[in-house]
This record gives sequence, structure tokens and C-alpha cells, in this order.
Amino acid sequence: MIPVAFDYQRVSSVDEALGLLATHGDEAKLLAGGHSLLPLMKLRLAVPSVLVDVGRLHDLSYVRDAGDHVAIGALTRHRDLETSELLAAQVPILAHVAGQVGDPQVRHRGTIGGSLAHGDPASDLPAVVLALGGTLVARGPGGERTIEARSFFEGFLQTALGPDELLTEIRVPKATIVGAAAVRNGTTGVALVNMGSTPLRASATEAALAAGASIGDAAAVAAEGTEPSGDLNASPDFRRHLATVLVRRALEEAAS
Amino acid sequence: MSILGNRVVRKEDPKFLTSGGTYVDDLKIDGAARVTYVRSTSAHARIRSVDIDEARSAPGVLAVVTAADIELDPLPLEMPMLNEKMPQPWLATDVVRYVGEPVVAIVSETQAEGADAAELIFIDYEPLPVLVDTEGALEGSIVLHPEAGTNVSFELQFGRDESLFDGCEVVVRRRVNNQRVAPCPLEVRAVAARWEDDGRLTQWSSTQAPHSVRDALAKAYGLFEDEVHVISPDVGGGFGAKIGGYPDELLIAWLARRVGRPLKWTETRSESMVALGHGRAQLQDIEIGGSRDGTIGAYRLTVLQDSGAYPRVGALLSFMTRTMASGTYRIPKVDFNSRSVVTNTTPVVSYRGAGRPEATAAIERAVDLFAAEIGMDPAEVRRRNLVPPDAFPFTTPLGTTYDVGDYGRALELALEASGYADLRKEQARRREAGEVRQLGIGLSAYVEITNGVPGSEFAAVEVRENGTAVVRTGTSPHGQGHVTSWAMLVSDALGIPIDSIEVVHGDTDVVPRGVGTFGSRSLQVGGVAAHQAAGQVVDKARQLAAKLLEADPADVVLDKVGQRFHVAGTPAVAKSWGELAREASSEPGGLSAETDFTPPGATFPFGCHVAVVEVDTETGKVTIERLVAVDDAGRILNPLVAEGQIQGGLAQGAAQALLEQVAYDDDGNPLTANLADYTFVSAAEVPSFETTSMETPTPVNELGAKGIGESGTIGSTPAVQNAVVDALSHLGVRHVDMPATPERVWQAIAAAR
Repeated sequence: MIPVAFDYQRVSSVDEALGLLATHGDEAKLLAGGHSLLPLMKLRLAVPSVLVDVGRLHDLSYVRDAGDHVAIGALTRHRDLETSELLAAQVPILAHVAGQVGDPQVRHRGTIGGSLAHGDPASDLPAVVLALGGTLVARGPGGERTIEARSFFEGFLQTALGPDELLTEIRVPKATIVGAAAVRNGTTGVALVNMGSTPLRASATEAALAAGASIGDAAAVAAEGTEPSGDLNASPDFRRHLATVLVRRALEEAAS
Repeated sequence: MSILGNRVVRKEDPKFLTSGGTYVDDLKIDGAARVTYVRSTSAHARIRSVDIDEARSAPGVLAVVTAADIELDPLPLEMPMLNEKMPQPWLATDVVRYVGEPVVAIVSETQAEGADAAELIFIDYEPLPVLVDTEGALEGSIVLHPEAGTNVSFELQFGRDESLFDGCEVVVRRRVNNQRVAPCPLEVRAVAARWEDDGRLTQWSSTQAPHSVRDALAKAYGLFEDEVHVISPDVGGGFGAKIGGYPDELLIAWLARRVGRPLKWTETRSESMVALGHGRAQLQDIEIGGSRDGTIGAYRLTVLQDSGAYPRVGALLSFMTRTMASGTYRIPKVDFNSRSVVTNTTPVVSYRGAGRPEATAAIERAVDLFAAEIGMDPAEVRRRNLVPPDAFPFTTPLGTTYDVGDYGRALELALEASGYADLRKEQARRREAGEVRQLGIGLSAYVEITNGVPGSEFAAVEVRENGTAVVRTGTSPHGQGHVTSWAMLVSDALGIPIDSIEVVHGDTDVVPRGVGTFGSRSLQVGGVAAHQAAGQVVDKARQLAAKLLEADPADVVLDKVGQRFHVAGTPAVAKSWGELAREASSEPGGLSAETDFTPPGATFPFGCHVAVVEVDTETGKVTIERLVAVDDAGRILNPLVAEGQIQGGLAQGAAQALLEQVAYDDDGNPLTANLADYTFVSAAEVPSFETTSMETPTPVNELGAKGIGESGTIGSTPAVQNAVVDALSHLGVRHVDMPATPERVWQAIAAAR
């Protein structure tokens, strides 16, 4: 419960953060809300030698209307997503899910960028951004690049971010539905939480819907192609069963 | 008018709610270094070697110690009935027997240096076959303690009456698991120890029983009891797991002597999950028989108790299960047999209810199984079999004598408060409509035993020269509100307001004797003692006042409102408490009295809980919609404090039914060794409780009070479990083991279909 000794650097700009990442490489970890990283450090499963605290980069905390999408600063706290009027009007699913994360203390600390960059398949926000077909903006020594959410999550706790990059913004298309599924421009995106080593799109369900299947039939194939792990909370079979039930319910809610 | 029976807010709370309590880890002890234990990561293994060289020279390290360094006598048995051939050593010697067993102790300047040094220690383990399940332990092909030659750590074998169910029209049999749970006090264990210049030992301990820690230390270090000073400052919960002295707690003083420094040790949460004792862990075979008119004719309970790697009090808990086996029912024939066995798991200790929740869970499940089999409403089956109010004192077939009760009234009150008939209608409607979310209604008509282990308790009351009073008590509260309740008891006798009454506990130099706080004993033993000591002080003061007023003591009255004594009819000439205390100051002890109260017997709180749950038949998720509790703990001194005890108990009991379990894999690795994996209950998982108090005073003590600390836990677990099964009974489900997780519920539905 006591982490290995580490250096702590609080930065006041993105450039300063990138500079430290460039200097320390793999040895450095970015600290935002800390709710995923610090427990790993206390268990000595993560042993960074330098923590680069980006928690006070207030410039990266915003929810803005950007025309066809909503732009969200990577350091926006869950609580700010939960209470954002813009999200409530344009991407209500994101506001709703942010409000389901942990408890109020967690939501006041945790950030959307931290949640996505951590890449935990059991977290809700990565799946929502995936279902929405979001785009992630990262800055590194070579400047800025955008990454589709679809290709961002590479493996268990692994993302497309390089060790020298900082996630700065999340762009989500405007959508109107609350639930684990999102509908946009007539197409339905469905993403699954904790059904594999990364958040997943329920592609069989999406294809069935696109082909005009009923909600019931489309939901019945929600677990197709997934390989969920088993643990004390649920076996793989039970997870696959739950996926069909919960996707059906989300689609019904989205349709009503 | 008496203060007793009023909702008096807790005197101790302003501190806890503002500046916070002072726990052992908060204490500033000059020069204190830290202790870190390196614990076994293997469930069963021979220790080939322990490499401590690198750790010894690590920064800040003062000492690294293994079993070979310790020249103390083996630890004394915690209880005489335990098997002396299964002792836990101070530190593991040649074999480790559970993940979490201490192997090496490190003393370092800081906790962080200790954690770093621990990583430098290499223990070479040669794996031995692992015993996790109790049936395997009973079978005995692996023997954990070769000296003992058996894995059986304790047994109650009275023989099996093969004719028990003769004449029964219906017999139902079921194996149920009362799973292992972790007590999870919010404050983990913590100890600080310092050897004083005069050779005395001071130990600060987060404990429920400082005097037994004192006695254990005296025995371990060859000291007289008055050479050991144990202090328990604020204690953040114990739930039974902080009663005895664990080896790793008692060793701190030896380490302190070795390095010549005061030492402090606070376990981490992950450490606590494997090193603090666990609770429950009973595999039960229940058999119940009777006739189709709803009369229960016979009941048999056969228990296999997991005692963990080294038997402690948990090995003996089946004794309490036996004591309460037949619950609130008049059953003509009852059979009970139990065996406790050792396994490669954390030792089992007492946990809120300690053997009685297990008894209640078994009989309440049995009654529901019987009701389902004969197709009768479970409330009606209970109604027909409860011990009637005119049968008390009532002796069960196993020889337990219940003091007093009105079980039928508790049942009817609970049914009424829950709107039972309407709930059944709503249940029928949902079943008819085939709704996804089905309603379940679960009952538990419980009785339990409090102060079940005979003993006395010390109290002293003294009035000071400034007219305030101090109570010294041998009880050791850690959340129960004794500071308020004891002040109320003394205030009631003396007339001195509670704000002017100090309650002192948890310091063996100031309180010479004490037993402690566990088993719901404190009010009925320690509270009565305080009440009696206060009465003796009043008598003393009356004698003194009579002398000063030149009157017959029989004519002198205490004016509680004015807090003074005068001759009846002449209130103008009076002697205040302060004056009398000053007058008595020349006498030894001043104006004080002390007493040790030993009650003539145990008391038997009872009640009835109704749980209403909604079960999502597609996901298996159970939501507790309502928990209605009628509890009778005799005379209630402070309803606010009593309700606090009930509410906490209800939450913990419901948690066992739905959420909590300590799990191991087949190799004995704990799967729930932190609070991310152990599904500890929080306020979000329970509804607002609906509580109703019933007061049937016990004749056992002058206050008429029984214990209330564990009733909530004992009654609620089977109510919630029965409700889950009830929600699914129309689908053919008869039982769901605890915790009724979504997957278990889903599987039960699938299996019944």
C-alpha cells in the first residue's frame, strides 16, 4: 500500500508536460485524476520513477460546441461532463454515463482523458466514446494528431498513445440517445464494456440493425465474436448472456 | 423524569464529526520506528530458505527478524478448548499454512523503508499440497499439522438419532453454505509498544478487549499484569475480529525490546484482508421434517466449520450455533453435530453474531424449505411453530433456556409493518403478468443469545469535588456509544447531567479490571455494573449527608434536579454533590464506589425481519426494496443508540446475503484481498430501513436490558436470502447460496427451468 519512491513534477503547460515525457520516456507516467494510476502504484504494480501531474492544466478542461461535434478537453472531470448542459442537449449518453462513474468524490477528480488513456475495458467512458464513433486528439513532439476511437484501444490497458504523447481533446459527434447504444444519422453504434481486452463495438448487432433486423434479433447476437474473461463477478458465459440482455434494453431505450 | 429511554444524541460524536478521533496510528510517540511484516504468499509450503541479507542493509532498516531469532516461549493457547497441537508460531518456522501468515518482521525508521526492504527479502518455498475445502480436510489425505495427526480442530459429536424423522410426513434436506466473510473494520489493526525505564511495557492497541491484551502480553513476556499497561484509544470498529491478541500484535513489544526503540505497526488494508481473522465459514447440512398441516416435527443440523490454518475462537463457534440451533421454534426433536477442521486459509474468528447468525440462517432456510415443500405460506408455518409467550422460561431440546419472549407478536408486527398481504398480492400480479422483475418476500423470525459467555464486568463511579462525576468501565466501546449510555445510567442515579459525567475506558492503568466489548454483552453486564456502582455512591452520599445534616439516613432524600441531598420536607438545608465529595476527600477513595457485576445468565433478544427484494430474472440482479425489522432487546436505554446498532447490523447482514464472500482459488490464493475485489457493502446497496422496537424486559438483570449489537446481522441475512428464493419460487427455485450474486441467481433460474 506504499508506492515505490518517485519524483513528482507538476506542470503548467502542455509543452512542459511533453518536455518531461521526452526526457524521461517510459519512466514517466502522466497523472490526472489518479484514480486508476495511484491504486496500481500502491500495489506496486505500476512503478513509474517520475509522475508528471497534468491535473492543473485548466486549459484542457472544457466542453465546447464545435459544429458537427462536441469537443471535450482531456482534463474535464466526470462531474463536469455529468452536469454539462451542452452534453445534456447534444450527447446525453455521455453526460449520463459520466454520472454513473464511482461516487461524487471520484467524479470530481477523475478525468475523461485519464479514463480513455488508461484503456481499461471495464470502464464505461471508453465504450461510450467508441459507440459514438469519437475521435481523440493527441499532442506529441511531432505536433498534433487525431486518432479514431475505433483504433485507439489496442489491448488490455494499452492504447495507441505513445509514451511521449498527451491526450488533449476528445471529439464526439452529436447524438441524441441515452443508453449503452447511440444512434446518429440513422446508424446505430453499440459498444460493450468488459467483454474483451478492450472496449468493443458489438459489430454483429450493428450489422443486423443495418440490415433491418428487429431489436430482439439484433441484441441476440451482441456477444458474437467477443471473448470476455471470467472472474469472481461473472463467468464468460454469464457475461455473454448479460451482453444480449443489456444491449436489447439499451436498444429498446434508444428506440422509445 | 428519568433520562433513560430518551433519544439522547451521542456525546462522542461532535469529536468524530469535527476534529476526528485519535486512533493508534495517529499517536505521536517520540522516537517510534515502524514494523513491517513479510507474509507468506504461498498457502502451504515448506520454507527452504529465507534470504534477508540485502534487506538488513537497506536504507533505514534497524532489524530483520525470522522465527529463528525469537527466543520467546510458544504463544499460549487463546482458549483452553483449542487443540494444542495446532499452534500458530510467532513467525512461521519451517512451514507456512496460509497466505498472509507472517514470516519475517522488519523494523525500519519509516513505513516506506519497511515496504522497500520487504521487496528485497527472498523466501524459497517448496510447495506442499493445498487444502482449501473443508470436506477435503475432513477426508484427511493431507494433514496440515502432522503433530495433531488430524485436521479436526474441535468437534461436538452427540451421535446421530437415526429415528429422528420417524413419523414425519415430509422431510426436506439441503446443503447450504454460510460463506466466509471478512469483518472489514474501517480502522485496520494497529499496535504501538514502548518499554518504560522502570521495566513496564506500554502497549497501545486497536482492540475490543484491552485487559485480555494486557493478560496475553504479561503471559508472553513473563510480567505481572500490573507491569503491562494497555491503552486502546479510539477504535474504528472490530466486529468481533479484534478481541484476542494476534501473534503479530503481541510480537511488537519483543521487537521493540530488540531494537531498543518504541515501535508502531499498522497493517495495510490488503494485509488486513488476509491477516485479520475471517468470520462464518460453515458448511451446513440441514434436514427438517414435519406434517403437511405445517407442524415441524424434527430438525437436524450438521455443521462443518472451517477454522482456517490455526484454530482460534472460530473453531469453537459451532458451540454457539448448537446453542441456538432450533431458533424461535418449538421443535420436539433436534439433532446437532459439528466438526471444525483446519484448512490453508486465514484463521476464522468471531464476527458479528459469531455462531448465532449461522444457526439462524440454517433454521430460517429450513423452515422456508419445509413451507415450500408442503405448499404453505412461510409466515403461516412460522406462526404454527413459534414458541408461545406463556412457555418462558423455555428450554430447547438441546438444553438452552430462553429467558423471555413473545415471538408471535414480533412476527405479527413485522407482517403488519411490511403490509405482508399486499406484498403477496403484488407478487401474484407480477407472476401472473410474467414480468421480468419479480418480487420476493423473505421472513426471518430470529432469537439469539447475548452475553452468551459468562463473565463479570467492572465499573467504578466517583463524584469529584467540583460536583462532576467520572465512570470507569471495563467495557471497551468502538462505535457502540457507551460514553453516552453509561453517562445516562449514572446521571439517572445521581441527577448529575450527562455533560458533567466523564466516561473512562480502554486504559488498564485507570480501569483495573475489565472483560471488554463483544457478544452484545456491554450494557447488560458493564452497564448494569455502572448503574449499581452509581447506586452505591448515592447510598454513601446519603450516609454522609445524614451525618452532616444530623439526620437519620432514612430521612435524607436526593433531589436529582437540584443535585443535592436534604432531609425530606426541608429542602432549604441541603448538601450538594460537590460539598459531599469535598467532605469525603479525607476518606480513602473519596466519594466513590466500585463493583463487579456478574449476571446470573444470558439474555435472548428476538425479533422478526421482513425483506422485500426485486429480482431481475434476466440479469439475476437483486435489489433490496425494503427491510422491515422488528427487534426486541428488552428495555431500551437510548433508542437512538439502539437504532444505530440495528441499522449497521442490518446492512452487514444484508451484505452477507447478497454481496460479500472471501474466496480462494484451488491453490489457496485469496481472490478477495483488497476492497476492489471484496464487495464490501456501502449505503448505496441498502434501502432506508424500517425499524420497529418491541420491549420485553428480561428478568435477568435489573435494567431489563438485553444485547442489541448483533441482532440486525442475525435477523437480516436469512430474511434477504429467503426473499431472493421466494422471488423465484414459482419458477421452481428452492435455494440460492449466499452471496446471491447475479450469476448465482441466473444459474438457479436456468437450473430450475
